[in-house]
Amino acid sequence: MGMAPKLNVDRVRKSYGPVHALRETSLTVPAGEFLTLLGPSGSGKTTLLMILAGLGLPDGGDVWIDGKRATYAPVHERDIGMVFQNYALFPHLSVFENIAFPLRMRRMPEAEIARKVTRILEIVRLPQTAQRLPRELSGGQQQRIALARCAVYEPSIILMDEPLGALDKKLRDHMQLEIKRLHLELGTTILYVTHDQEEAMTMSDRICLMNDGGIEQLGTPADLYFRPRTAFAADFLGGSNIFDAELLACGASSAELRGPAGMSVLSDAVPDGLRAAQPASFMVRPEHVRLLDDGELADNRVDATLARSIMVGAVTRHYLHLDDGSELTAVELTAGPQRKQQAGDRVRLGWSRARTVVLAGNRRAA
Amino acid sequence: MNTRAASESRTGPSVLRHGWLRHWALLPAIIVLAVVFVVPVVQLLWLSAVDGQGNLSLAHYTRLFETPLYLRVLGSTFRIAAWTTLVCLLVGYPVAYLLATADMRFRSKLLIWVMMPFWTSVLVRSFAWMVILGRRGMLNQWLQSLGITDAPLELMYNFASVVVGMSHALMPLAVLTMLAVMQNIDGNLGRAAGTLGARGAHVFWRIYFPLSLPGVAAAGLLTFISALGFFITPTLLGSPREAMIAQIIVVQIDEMLNWGFAGAVALLLLVASIAVFYLFDRVLGMSALTGEARSGGDGKRSGLLSRAGAWFGRYSVAAMGWICAWIGAGIDRLTGRARHDRPRPTRRWAIWTVGLLAIFFLAAPSFFLVPISFSGSNFFEWPPKGFSLQWYETYLSSPVWQQATIRSVLVGLCTAVVSLVIGVPAAFVLARHQVRGKSGVMAFMLMPMVMPHIIVALALFYAFSKVGLVGTSVGLVLGHTVFALPYVIVTVMAVLRNYDTRLDQAAYTLGADKLTAFRRVTLPIIKTGVVTAFIFAFVKSFDELTVALFISGGSSTTLPRQMWADALMNVSPTLAAVSSVILLFVTLVILLTEYLNKKGARG
Repeated sequence: MGMAPKLNVDRVRKSYGPVHALRETSLTVPAGEFLTLLGPSGSGKTTLLMILAGLGLPDGGDVWIDGKRATYAPVHERDIGMVFQNYALFPHLSVFENIAFPLRMRRMPEAEIARKVTRILEIVRLPQTAQRLPRELSGGQQQRIALARCAVYEPSIILMDEPLGALDKKLRDHMQLEIKRLHLELGTTILYVTHDQEEAMTMSDRICLMNDGGIEQLGTPADLYFRPRTAFAADFLGGSNIFDAELLACGASSAELRGPAGMSVLSDAVPDGLRAAQPASFMVRPEHVRLLDDGELADNRVDATLARSIMVGAVTRHYLHLDDGSELTAVELTAGPQRKQQAGDRVRLGWSRARTVVLAGNRRAA
Repeated sequence: MNTRAASESRTGPSVLRHGWLRHWALLPAIIVLAVVFVVPVVQLLWLSAVDGQGNLSLAHYTRLFETPLYLRVLGSTFRIAAWTTLVCLLVGYPVAYLLATADMRFRSKLLIWVMMPFWTSVLVRSFAWMVILGRRGMLNQWLQSLGITDAPLELMYNFASVVVGMSHALMPLAVLTMLAVMQNIDGNLGRAAGTLGARGAHVFWRIYFPLSLPGVAAAGLLTFISALGFFITPTLLGSPREAMIAQIIVVQIDEMLNWGFAGAVALLLLVASIAVFYLFDRVLGMSALTGEARSGGDGKRSGLLSRAGAWFGRYSVAAMGWICAWIGAGIDRLTGRARHDRPRPTRRWAIWTVGLLAIFFLAAPSFFLVPISFSGSNFFEWPPKGFSLQWYETYLSSPVWQQATIRSVLVGLCTAVVSLVIGVPAAFVLARHQVRGKSGVMAFMLMPMVMPHIIVALALFYAFSKVGLVGTSVGLVLGHTVFALPYVIVTVMAVLRNYDTRLDQAAYTLGADKLTAFRRVTLPIIKTGVVTAFIFAFVKSFDELTVALFISGGSSTTLPRQMWADALMNVSPTLAAVSSVILLFVTLVILLTEYLNKKGARG
């Protein structure tokens, strides 16, 4: 018998009246992993987090922590840590007392409490704030104290519910790296909830993409980005051009499709179980679409009309129309102030078969 | 200059390019309060310090402090107020906690029942307690029919009945004050404490309770100060041994018209109230315990007393936390809840039981008056004997009662209109503008709320007697406006605080002039708040007895004044009939407000 995973979610589900907040969901998290639950609001990620924390009971299924069944264990006996979006620091207690709180609940001797609190305050680089009240700190500092309060008793799992949601962009970027550093330093398992795909990509070992109360796709950031399995996954992470298509033929490592405006498209991979003539679509990221020079070759090509180009700093976005009216976006590195093409020009687009992702199902079928 | 004007029109509705325009809206309220409140009170206090010839003299005070009777009354006043406060806090806390933590649906339903006694007058509620506690009252009837006692017990006219009656009268105030603080406690704090390893007991004692303490302190203060000025309940439910200071004032004026001495007693009452305020603020050290730093910085932990208070507070909540946690764990072990192999319901039956019992205590008594009003007997007798409508006939056919009712309604309506006309503009200024010395102005406006009513009533009686306003409706409306104004200002300000002024600015940019924007955008949004304030002011005046006791009289009697006079002469079921009519009326008004609020929230 091997080591039990840190956390095992086994067919857990939850509904509020007729609404399925969480469909039957299973998930395994190994120790030390940074896993992000990513999804739009209402996708079930917070419901799942609350069930793991013991702040909500599932209608069915089980939660196992360290191989022990914890489905109905009360929240205070789970030995998990949780960081809330609004920090939930106790406003009437000093920073020291806030961080000491979980240690006092564990009846730790006073000397050890002082030692541990001092050490964790050094780790989050705020040793000078011990005697202050939370509201005397800035948002970023409060966030770090919330992390410290959570990390000080070394819980086996830390749950974070959109912890950076209330911070501005710059501070958020900084705190992402800070949390990542704490994760490496403490070696804790972290479950992180966010609706920000960039944040998820920055921080996670794996991303669990959720949609409509269920898991849409689970994998590394690269998996999700380069090999999305559904139109939703393709669309939610990064930009995407998705076209309905007809799957003409497919083999082990190649597929041939017919897309809009009669274009013929090749791809390297096909989702498991997808057969020819079933509803399908394909996706290509805007940054993989190039505006071809005359005579330049590409695996997949299509003619289009340039509607307009917008320079947004490092990159330039081209908005294009195919001949059947469907739209496509291409992103190129900005070369210089002058552009070759003008709005209204006919251009030829191309992309490689390796970057063409075939998806099961299409919009017409859905 | 230009940039300042620009920034002003950005931050507020922009009537305000001209500096003076910002403040004139405060003036009516300030003037009314100064003329009808401050000047008379100061005048009254001055009277207490001069003799008949107008020379300074301490004669009244010497008499006050040299008469053992008055010192004894002072002592019993404090004792009754303290016990009342204690009961209100101990029973009111679970109610407020239940309301603060219940579902939204339950909360608004329960709140109606808590508010019920708040809306029905102290007079009606005291009559209700007479029905319950009287010799032939409900409680004695039950005790005898159950065979617990042979002869009726003397449940009324003692210390306990006064404290029960006053607690019943003041508890809604305590509950609402505590609820206001509890509703602002972030629910995530409790969840966070849970994830950090705290059992429910620790979550409550270490987190929730300390955070709710400012509410408890404020509730205690308001209750205590209001209790100090009570005279209705002790007169009706107590014996001479439970006499309170305010009763002395009434007697001094009613029987002897001794202004100077009554003024001295009033000052004593005022000083007692202020002393309580001061002690509360300084000694208890609540602010340090709850993290509500008085003026920021490190000075907050300087006072030895408040530091000791904070230390004591912290250790007692920790101790309560551990004790309750052990008890909880023990119960879990006994009931097998310590095993976590099945879902466990949250344990809220205890709080529901206590809370609902307390709400029953608050809401039920008044309704016992209804059956009495149909009684065939001449007494407040339980169970009512026979059935008759004679008491309603007495009420409806008597010209005295008719006039009193009409007068009360008219005075109430006028008071509400005047308070709104004066109060709404003041509320706008206070809610939206940076007025210099704003907290001072606020304190001034709210002073009538915490000042014992009897002092104001007495002062107005004296002032009005000089200008011939005693016994007139104008005098009554002015007097009632003093008390209604703070409620109007607070209610309207609460609505305005949630009002996004950018809506007005949006209306301006869309082409509306100021009046149109106010009429089409501001008013519809704050309408329910204004209507609530109107009803508040009306009911305040409709129920008011203290001012009416002195200023109305003869042909200008109000309904409460007439009930009071009747009650002192002979407690007959007519009072129950009148009370029932008032109950019905007030219930309809509450339901109407509730309906308007719902409609307002929806649309």
